[in-house]
Amino acid sequence: MHEFSIVMSIVETAEEKVKEHHAHSVESIDLVIGALAGVDSHALDFAWDSAVKDTVLQTAKRNIIHVPARAKCLECDCEFEIKELFDVCPLCGEPLLQIVQGKELQIKSMVLN
Amino acid sequence: MCATCGCDSDAKVSIHRVSETGLLNVENLNLTPLKEPIPYGAENHNRKEITLEQDVLFKNNLLAERNRGYFLAKEILALNLVSSPGSGKTSLLERTLKDLKGNENFFVIEGDQQTSNDADRIASTGVPVVQINTGRGCHLDSEMISKAIKQLNPQNDSILFIENIGNLVCPAMFDLGEQKRVVIISVTEGEDKPIKYPDMFQSSQLCIINKIDLLPYLKFDLEALKNYGRKVNPAMEFIELSCTSGAGLSQWYDWLKKEKLQEHSVLV
Repeated sequence: MHEFSIVMSIVETAEEKVKEHHAHSVESIDLVIGALAGVDSHALDFAWDSAVKDTVLQTAKRNIIHVPARAKCLECDCEFEIKELFDVCPLCGEPLLQIVQGKELQIKSMVLN
Repeated sequence: MCATCGCDSDAKVSIHRVSETGLLNVENLNLTPLKEPIPYGAENHNRKEITLEQDVLFKNNLLAERNRGYFLAKEILALNLVSSPGSGKTSLLERTLKDLKGNENFFVIEGDQQTSNDADRIASTGVPVVQINTGRGCHLDSEMISKAIKQLNPQNDSILFIENIGNLVCPAMFDLGEQKRVVIISVTEGEDKPIKYPDMFQSSQLCIINKIDLLPYLKFDLEALKNYGRKVNPAMEFIELSCTSGAGLSQWYDWLKKEKLQEHSVLV
């Protein structure tokens, strides 16, 4: 799965930041992952251990901030939480939705040492 | 290493031009160069918190936009073809290239984990093709495309088909810089694929339903598939066709022509 590539991108950014700030390694890292980001937590866990080996993230504590998905109905403008991309508006039943939250896949912050 | 499809950090990616007579040149790149491990700091006297709020796929998206700019400037219609393995992406390409050769200038990037079999099939039509072998990787990314177009050097005012790895999950997340994403499903698959793999169907603009010549032998509900597709993506367009019988192909060719014209009008 693509989770390995995702962890490798995180490793790459971490390596850059450590170098930029003349640090040694990353003590902790905060990631923001939306419910519709397309990232499976178990696959991410699995990929993480092998991907961070021998990198500045090897001993880093990883905090994941999960963001629930929210959408806005393009027909009636109401905003609500969704579980799936194909959920419909609970008020008018329309499938025309704009995802307003839940696609996030971000590195929020890091503590370097 | 990834448990599901085996992507790993040692995966070597090779990108090479395939001609009718075989390989032209081969470029190997290790996409995940790991620097020397930096020793863990024994003391925390330099402890520092930094805020990034940066997209994890920032680099892929940035490079994808650069590819898109290149295509736009050269008036190239770049299409990312995605599907499960065996839905008929390569057959559709072969048929399209044979039927439309002479009307349009085509270029092809083939993505597969291993072998240049698909590129060989395309090369036999006389269309310039580059094969990307991702090794154990399960998707193409914008960096691979950027390198492949340097080798392919597609001419102005042409159509570039990018055949992604057969996989309905991972390629959904990686923008390659294409103008349109085309998802292909065959009627030998389940009607509920759009809701099983919503990310892919939501991020595609056209859904091609292939192998419709087999419909008389199958219990496949075309309308159910379209309804599931529209549930995930209300703006989704559908074209039903068969590369074997040729049914519906004219609709696909009309769609290509329409998109090509739009590509032109962007610059006018």
